[in-house]
Amino acid sequence: MSSNDDLSTQILDKDLQEFILAERQKAQFQAQVHRLNSICWDKCVTDKPSSKLDSRTEACLSNCVDRFIDTSLAITQRFANIIQKQASQSFH
Amino acid sequence: MSKLSPAQKDELMDEFKQQFAIANAQELLEKMTEKCFSKCVTKPGVSLDSSENKCISMCVDRFMESFNIISRSYSSRIQRESNKV
Repeated sequence: MSSNDDLSTQILDKDLQEFILAERQKAQFQAQVHRLNSICWDKCVTDKPSSKLDSRTEACLSNCVDRFIDTSLAITQRFANIIQKQASQSFH
Repeated sequence: MSKLSPAQKDELMDEFKQQFAIANAQELLEKMTEKCFSKCVTKPGVSLDSSENKCISMCVDRFMESFNIISRSYSSRIQRESNKV
């Protein structure tokens, strides 16, 4: 066994590796929620804050998440098409 | 370096989780301050007046509400997307 293997099994045993992977996923999820909340707050919460979010604002926030993801997917698709077209044009 | 004992491992994981929770709270606080300042303090005066203070505390509560709604919808979207595959 090389000293390198030795070191990695010592520091990162299986439990810890799984733990770090799960925590990293949680952190990524959390970071995306912060980002979406910031974007959707600006879009949906237009009135002065009152004692409760009204149902229209709630619906807007929840739709905002799905539409943002749809937009991101649509743009990715569109972008891929453009790149593909350019790549095939430079061939001819 | 010797292998970590189970107790040491637990300690490390707890420490990790605590740091994560702190970072999360800091991010929330920072965003909240930014959003509620721009919403509630439209013309900064010599001090925060009572209506600005009231607005700020409501804004904080609404921001948390919004955060929870976003978190729920994002999580259910991920669930739906992973069921598609």
